[in-house]
Amino acid sequence: MMNLTLKVWRQKNHKDKGGFVDYKVSGISTDMSFLEMLDVLNEELSAKGEDPVHFDHDCREGICGACSLYINGHPHGPQQTTTCQLHMRSFADGDVITIEPWRAKGFPVLKDLMTDRSAFDRIIQAGGYVSVNTGGVPDANEIPVPKIIADEAFDSATCISCGACVAACKNASAMLFVSAKISQLALLPQGQVERKSRAENMVAQMDAEGFGACTNIGACSAECPKGIKLSNIARMNREYFSAVLSSDNV
Amino acid sequence: MILDSKIPEGPLAEKWNKHKFNVKLVNPANKRKYEVIVVGTGLAGASAAASLAELGYNVKAFCFQDSPRRAHSIAAQGGINAAKNYQNDGDSVYRLFYDTVKGGDYRAREANVYRLAEVSVNIIDQCVAQGVPFAREYGGLLANRSFGGAQVSRTFYARGQTGQQLLLGAYSALSRQVANGKVKLYPRTEMMDLVTVEGKARGIITRNLITGTIESHSAHAVLLCTGGYGNVFFLSTNAMGSNVTAAWRAHKKGALFANPCFTQIHPTCIPVSGDHQSKLTLMSESLRNDGRVWVPRTVEIAEKVRKKQIKIADIKEEDRDYFLERKYPSFGNLVPRDVASRNAKYVCDEGRGVNETGEAVFLDFRDAIKRDSEDAIRSRYGNLFDMYQQITGDNPYKEPMMIYPAVHYTMGGLWVDYNLMTNVPGLYALGEANFSDHGANRLGASALMQGLADGYFVIPYTLGDYLAGMSKETVTADHDEFKKAAKEITDKIQKFLSIKGTKTIDHFHKRLGKIMWEYCGMARNAEGLTKAKGLIKELKAEFWRDVKVLGTPDELNMSLEKAHRVADFIELGELMVDDALNRDESCGGHFREEYQTPEGEALRDDDNFAYVAAWKYTGEGLESELVKEELKFENVKLTQRSYK
Repeated sequence: MMNLTLKVWRQKNHKDKGGFVDYKVSGISTDMSFLEMLDVLNEELSAKGEDPVHFDHDCREGICGACSLYINGHPHGPQQTTTCQLHMRSFADGDVITIEPWRAKGFPVLKDLMTDRSAFDRIIQAGGYVSVNTGGVPDANEIPVPKIIADEAFDSATCISCGACVAACKNASAMLFVSAKISQLALLPQGQVERKSRAENMVAQMDAEGFGACTNIGACSAECPKGIKLSNIARMNREYFSAVLSSDNV
Repeated sequence: MILDSKIPEGPLAEKWNKHKFNVKLVNPANKRKYEVIVVGTGLAGASAAASLAELGYNVKAFCFQDSPRRAHSIAAQGGINAAKNYQNDGDSVYRLFYDTVKGGDYRAREANVYRLAEVSVNIIDQCVAQGVPFAREYGGLLANRSFGGAQVSRTFYARGQTGQQLLLGAYSALSRQVANGKVKLYPRTEMMDLVTVEGKARGIITRNLITGTIESHSAHAVLLCTGGYGNVFFLSTNAMGSNVTAAWRAHKKGALFANPCFTQIHPTCIPVSGDHQSKLTLMSESLRNDGRVWVPRTVEIAEKVRKKQIKIADIKEEDRDYFLERKYPSFGNLVPRDVASRNAKYVCDEGRGVNETGEAVFLDFRDAIKRDSEDAIRSRYGNLFDMYQQITGDNPYKEPMMIYPAVHYTMGGLWVDYNLMTNVPGLYALGEANFSDHGANRLGASALMQGLADGYFVIPYTLGDYLAGMSKETVTADHDEFKKAAKEITDKIQKFLSIKGTKTIDHFHKRLGKIMWEYCGMARNAEGLTKAKGLIKELKAEFWRDVKVLGTPDELNMSLEKAHRVADFIELGELMVDDALNRDESCGGHFREEYQTPEGEALRDDDNFAYVAAWKYTGEGLESELVKEELKFENVKLTQRSYK
């Protein structure tokens, strides 16, 4: 059982300035997940009639991408996992743990540790799809895909849209997220028809949302809980430049 | 009240095609004059919203998550069934239909299940066209695996993340329609009530979870794609936010709730580690292909294991009880979910559980590693083993995993007819939110199939039939019924905030969960259920007297959000217990201890219980009224399931 000090970012709403508040929690078991440790804090706060700490979370099995805590200077904490899969055995009795929201212009804080990540949805809406309607598509096996390509596309497609890449980047760049989707569809035969317009439109939306540029530091990939590779960004740059040179956007 | 399932006439295999021809159509130029509300953006909701928008309807899509892509369909691991017969191993639409009806222990509608099997093949085509990266063979064609004890390989998969990839496919189609202006998205918005005008569903009341604003939205039809209610047990494999509120409030507005006691307990989950536990994590049941389930032969040895006085590796072969292999020699560790779960409970009830809480059994890969090498096992289950180690801190390559059953899926839901319409005209329920296709037990890899079948290939046909018959005029959101419903919600919120009790919402949720798990879980009996009924009634009274809901109505307030959800779970819990008490038989996931075969298997009573139990809400504090829909089996012969 551990006793910990938490320095938690509290901010009433988007307009509030916000600041750190210290809390003590005790009796924390090493089997708890990080979010369960925060549940303990919130139950204590609620019992005292104080506003619980708001944070995004849902599936708690590392796949929905909702959880998004910046812990001791790292998105999702010291391990390359989502926050919900981080367990208290990664900490020691007496530790002081600093918990902040994602900090980026593109992700405004809504309350406490919750941010608005709808910018990512708008980037997908700009072109992160294959334009096929329901019905009237060919038999699945009429579109063969070499296994090695399918596997590579799958690796890119496992992005969970949590935004850790943005939070990790000193420029708050969203290029790892955007490039993962562009790569997945650029690799697959289904994505070829709209390949150029997709790259142009998604990059344009990414810029419009206020995300920064990439300076090839690689923090995004190093901190990504799903291990999305930096080579996706290289592929996106190739896709983007060749699209601009021979644009379909006429 | 008589329920009309509207199953089309004619031979089973021709029903859906004939029906598609017979339904009324909405002229393409008129589709834009209709508005459709879709609540929930998981597989069913996202696929329905996208498909309807493509047809030209104006769609409003709502979800409580911050993005439609986070709906809990994302967490499905194993795969999706389809009767493609790509493997040339004897699969067919009829076989998938037959397996599903049998697997559901003959408590599903034949016609619905046949249609599900029929459109399953289209789903795979659709997903591949969207760029879903399914697993492939070296020749570039799609790979399949056998799943959940099926005797054919009909499961398509994307590593252990099939739900994620399918949902991202549907989300991409939805996003495209948002860009086209045909879908308006309302994330972080929770449905608070259904609004009916002259008996028809005409809209919903919502709460904006950021600002707290109560809003009215009108439409010509409302589709609830809001998933299951497993969180009534507090601990389940569902996401923390998964809730029954939308479906429950529709139920209180007249929609019948069918077979609420049919819940699926999944055998391979990571056991509870303590009172702090917030949710349970599923380990894909594909693990049972190679893992052997066992507990120590005697209570004494189990006691030593629990106290860590003996090394697991030192337990002799003759002291290990591979209870599934012993009791079910032909299916062994691959028996269906309900059978595997129940037997794990039995051995733990005997005192042979293996973790500190006494509620865990071993899932052991020692023999598989010896046979096939550690690398072979890693290539099959690497990500699952990593996940296990991440959560428990134990290395499953060295020590056996510990698993225990957990609530995973709910077969019950809103009653719908063949068109997926509830008994409230204009109100539809799709995916896990309805009751229709899985009977009393769902087969592995069939949930994803049903969600997408409903959304992509059923509702686009059946909704038009309803809309074509109604006026294009919109009831506007300033109609009196909307004002009335909105006021009721505002009053309810005030009521929550005015209680100012002493106990937190989670306190009540946990207590409810314990009652449900103890008395309405893996095994039930009349005595326990009757006791549970009383306990829930007391809990409900205490909740409304002593709950502490914090904050104000007009802010981001997760305390208030939870209060709504838990209040509804308590009421649902009462109905589940009623339903379980009413059904004096055992079938699938509903195991009444009084009704079992001499071998301890579920004993159905087809003469008296081959019906859907649909419950009608009759008012606050009153008993619900049972409405029966008789199930007719014209194609499948009812047999006792046997996995010996």
